[in-house]
Amino acid sequence: MLKQKNYLAVGAVVLVVVLLMSLPSRATSRLKLAIGSWFLPLFGLAGAAQQLPADLADSVLPRRELLKQVDALRRENQQLKEQQIQTAAIVRENNQLHALLDWQQNVPWKFKPANVVLRDPANWWRTVLIDMGSRDGIQTNMPVMTPDGLVGRVSAVNYLNSQVVLIGDQNCRVSALVDNTAQDMGVLIASDPLDNSLVQIGYLSTKANLKAGQNVVTSGLGGVFPRGIPIGKIVDAQSAENGLATEARVKLNANLGALEQVLVLIK
Amino acid sequence: MNFFKPALILGFAFLAVFGEATLTGLREFLGAQVDLLPALMVYAALNADIVTLTLLAVCGGLWFDSFSANPLGISILPLFIAGFPVYLQRGLILRDSPFAQLALGAAASALVPGLVLLVLLNGGKEPLIGWGTLWQLVVMTVGGALATPVIFALGEWCGGALGYRLRTQVSFRDDREIRRGRKLK
Repeated sequence: MLKQKNYLAVGAVVLVVVLLMSLPSRATSRLKLAIGSWFLPLFGLAGAAQQLPADLADSVLPRRELLKQVDALRRENQQLKEQQIQTAAIVRENNQLHALLDWQQNVPWKFKPANVVLRDPANWWRTVLIDMGSRDGIQTNMPVMTPDGLVGRVSAVNYLNSQVVLIGDQNCRVSALVDNTAQDMGVLIASDPLDNSLVQIGYLSTKANLKAGQNVVTSGLGGVFPRGIPIGKIVDAQSAENGLATEARVKLNANLGALEQVLVLIK
Repeated sequence: MNFFKPALILGFAFLAVFGEATLTGLREFLGAQVDLLPALMVYAALNADIVTLTLLAVCGGLWFDSFSANPLGISILPLFIAGFPVYLQRGLILRDSPFAQLALGAAASALVPGLVLLVLLNGGKEPLIGWGTLWQLVVMTVGGALATPVIFALGEWCGGALGYRLRTQVSFRDDREIRRGRKLK
């Protein structure tokens, strides 16, 4: 029933799969990069197509509306300048106190803005690809966030782009701290595959005093995420592991479903 | 050999994978992204040769995995498994019937993600699965089923508009012409 050509086809497929699966991870990631680069012309086209409606809208915006926007931006700029002066004073005071107590100064973090170019087509991973790679100084395990809060970490770096694994994926575990009097600590674990705005925080103490609306931030443990990056807010809590621990649901500050621009934290 | 059909199928797979990674509307609305590669495998199994089917499984799988956190090459075998039995039984399948297309598309769209998840779990990976995964599988199955007749119609249309057809047999044959009247010497 099976002709020789069909045997050859089955053999070829099995051979290709076995070869690919036996490759070392470094070679696989290079091969992924090479295959992904075939799509570069389409990235350009898609970017231009996305930009076109915005350009068209800009060209037909009336002058009165533009003047109103300029006015609002001026006022916002003034407020930000005032805040900057206050912040600079606080930083100076903080540095003086650090020096008095002989504490180690916090290493300042810099941000690099990046665009999200595509999402994982498979439904069982929560990753995105950003348009910055090793050429731009990106390295693995760098934290990624938006102005609203933490998004994830860089999991793989290519020359031109990088893969970011988002919070809620099994491969992105974050040590987190609940911003209450007891400073309860836990670990962000996987979430519901359908809802990417909620994640679970597990391994909390049974005596944890959790209330809805309490802020959750990174604890700084683990060495990947610096302390104090906002993650989200507690929604509710329940007993887990047969009463040995507490789990809580956290509503994320960042909207993972509509990521367009992100900030990569660079030391 | 006519390279038009393989090129058309591979080109469509290329665009389908890119579309799945960039268009997020359906994912936001239904909570799952529909995969068009299984439906395309069904089309290739019923309308193309074994070389095209194999190329589609290998290239489609590689393109899909290059954008995903999947290990590279993990989607190739599930795609081939979805298309190869259909190819072997193509003589018995009513390929022009929309119901047959729908049923085969649904079966392939359910089989491929199921097999990929099975391989991932057996390989010690930790994909994000839960009760919501069942809904995602339903969306992928229904979406893939609905996409299959569309792909068939699109393939027919492209074949008719851009490809060349075999010369059709006309009823007139000069060797069977009935000569009337007397033969003039």
